[in-house]
Amino acid sequence: MNTSIVSEQQHRKLHPHKFALWVAIASILMMFAGLTSAFIVKSNQAGWRTFVLPGIFWVSTVLILASSLTMLMAIKAFKSRGMRQYRGLLGITFLLGAAFVICQVVGFNQLWNSNVQFKGASGAGQFFYAIAGLHAVHVIGGVIALLVIFLKSIAGKTKSYDAVPVEVMGMYWHFVDLLWLYLMIFFIMLG
Amino acid sequence: MSDTLHIQHGVASHGHSGEPHVHHHKETFISKYIFSMDHKMIAKQFLVTGIIWAIIGGLFSVLFRLQLGFPDQSFPILETFFGRWAEGGKIKPEFYYALTTMHGTVLIFFVLTAGLSGTFANLLIPLQVGARDMASPFMNMLSYWMFFAASIVMLSSLFTQTGPAAGGWTVYPPLSALGLASQGSKSGMDLWIIAMTLFVASQLLGGLNYISTILNMRTKGMSMTRLPLTIWALLFTAILGVLSFPVLLSGLVLLMFDRHLGTSFYLSDIFVAGQALPNEGGSAILYQHLFWFLGHPEVYIIIMPTMGLASEILAINSRKPIFGYMAMIASLMAICVLAFLVWAHHMFVTGMNPFLGSVFVLLTLLIAIPSAIKVFNWITTIWRGNIRFTPGMLFAIGFVSIFISGGLTGIFLGNSTIDIHLHDTMFVIAHFHIVMGVSAFFGMFAGIYHWFPKMFGRYMNNTLGYIHFWVTIVCAYLIFWPMHYQGFAGMPRRYLDKSSWVSFGQFHSLDAMITVVTIIVFAVQLMFVFNYFYSMYKGRRVRTQNPWEATTLEWTTPIHPGHGNWDGEIPEVHRWAYDYGKDGRDFIPQTEPVGENESSH
Repeated sequence: MNTSIVSEQQHRKLHPHKFALWVAIASILMMFAGLTSAFIVKSNQAGWRTFVLPGIFWVSTVLILASSLTMLMAIKAFKSRGMRQYRGLLGITFLLGAAFVICQVVGFNQLWNSNVQFKGASGAGQFFYAIAGLHAVHVIGGVIALLVIFLKSIAGKTKSYDAVPVEVMGMYWHFVDLLWLYLMIFFIMLG
Repeated sequence: MSDTLHIQHGVASHGHSGEPHVHHHKETFISKYIFSMDHKMIAKQFLVTGIIWAIIGGLFSVLFRLQLGFPDQSFPILETFFGRWAEGGKIKPEFYYALTTMHGTVLIFFVLTAGLSGTFANLLIPLQVGARDMASPFMNMLSYWMFFAASIVMLSSLFTQTGPAAGGWTVYPPLSALGLASQGSKSGMDLWIIAMTLFVASQLLGGLNYISTILNMRTKGMSMTRLPLTIWALLFTAILGVLSFPVLLSGLVLLMFDRHLGTSFYLSDIFVAGQALPNEGGSAILYQHLFWFLGHPEVYIIIMPTMGLASEILAINSRKPIFGYMAMIASLMAICVLAFLVWAHHMFVTGMNPFLGSVFVLLTLLIAIPSAIKVFNWITTIWRGNIRFTPGMLFAIGFVSIFISGGLTGIFLGNSTIDIHLHDTMFVIAHFHIVMGVSAFFGMFAGIYHWFPKMFGRYMNNTLGYIHFWVTIVCAYLIFWPMHYQGFAGMPRRYLDKSSWVSFGQFHSLDAMITVVTIIVFAVQLMFVFNYFYSMYKGRRVRTQNPWEATTLEWTTPIHPGHGNWDGEIPEVHRWAYDYGKDGRDFIPQTEPVGENESSH
């Protein structure tokens, strides 16, 4: 049995795993589109309340932007076989991602202490907890995946030079980064 | 397991210049039947799980039909089985609402979504596009096990102290958002949400796989316009699912916030037992928008795969090419786009702006056009064909009949003015059961009878198949046709007991008749289940590779294909999937090169 599931003809096309990720991204986007449209619908109704975004979310924005940059450099290093550089950059990306999540949690606490809580009428603040919280869950998924491929790159006995898994990781990471930028802009303009 | 690992390596290093090297890995029971990554086994797992759910969901309808048909009678046997849910042999109101809610949830999601597309997308996509397996066999396996986990959680909700969710399959707030609201709003509702979250995850994992397999892994020569219509239908189904299920998830996330964290996304100004709740400013309509943004595409997720299955089966058994292949694709595409633009027709009477309502009326009625194109093409496909009345073919023809009947009543309900009278009546029940319940089941049965030989290398019993078809189609019309009259007369749906209305007294015997027919048709479905499992082991063996003399690729595989589907190279495709009755030949397989003197289409 010829077990190669990717035929010669398919070489030139998009790798199926990358394509699957694009579809997954479209799917995740629909979820956030659903939530942000719910926000817009609800904001036109009585009892709507706005809130002031704590400054720490700017720090987390810088962190996740920086992590996208290090991810980009990591892939570049991987492709030019600079494995030591690759491992280092991957580690930094992981740390930046983890720092982003910590910043989000600290930010949620600050917001909570400034009396944006769940009881009573719900407004922009309550949506922010739900939406940014779900985004953080997606980032945590990415951070775990980063940790896994980081550990594989230092502990693995077989050396794989196949760039696809790393590129798929990178695509997802840039996606959660851009998604956060969209949410930041959304909440600054409408929150 | 080791077999699939090997295939995974193929992805990473697609070298090996096509040298066919055979590996016989030892498959354990667990890797072959339980945690299988073979798309054909996963299809069977989806089907068997779907059959079990269909029996449970169908039984629920028999139980609440007993209440509707014989509201004054008591059935002591019910108390034996359901204890305090049916004290004195009479179904309690809470139990009745739980039954209707779970009947809807189970049949819509667990049977006609997972059981239907899960089965046929998994079975047919790799076989008909010419691929060894799905783009990611591992994710495919995960998709089934997520579905299995969802099934376990949903099943466990039936056994909780306060019973399963009972606010209708749409779980509208405030009933679903407040544990205080009813018995079924307590832990049963939480389990419902958890099960549906797992279910959505399963659908997404499956959907991405289906889409990327169809678009990226077709064999040489298999251009998009050479694909069988089953694949086109499954592609659009998967696209709908991937884009609409996440929106349901976002609605459920906010619902969970309201239930457990005290937010007011959906809740406003509610009094429970004289006490005002602190929630203000929430909007229950917001939930309905989020729900129906999935809920409407969902009905097309249910019906589109069966449209594909029926197209294929009708063409094969008429020995004629499908009529209007491109029109079939275009109409599927039109349905797919319109499916996203009509959700608010479920909300005409929620106080919607009448102008907005009229826009949704227009968009809703537009769906009649692609639907009519499809029906026309199915009828012209069998027109003057050499029809082979196999059980699969009968069910495919029955599907067309029932789809027409149900589709026509949709034109009534799609008008916001007529909907003022008909909404929430038995007319709605009749409409959607016929157009998406029964007709989807007919398409599914057609598919099972037709592809059973490919799944198990055996045929299902024909005689039982014919009995199954005729009893089911007669009973389906007997059950749902009279409900239209009840709806016209204003009889509300969901009600436990209508005997206090003098005007509905005329329907007593009609309701009793419907209940008796429901029991008969349920028994006949059990006969089908028997036929299925009996034929799996004892059915007549398939002796030829291509028993239906069909053109598509799945019939070029061995009778019992292994993991990887083809023993040698994957065949190359040279023509479309519908060369029947061409140039004096009965059929020409897709793998045959186009001859020099062959006429063009």
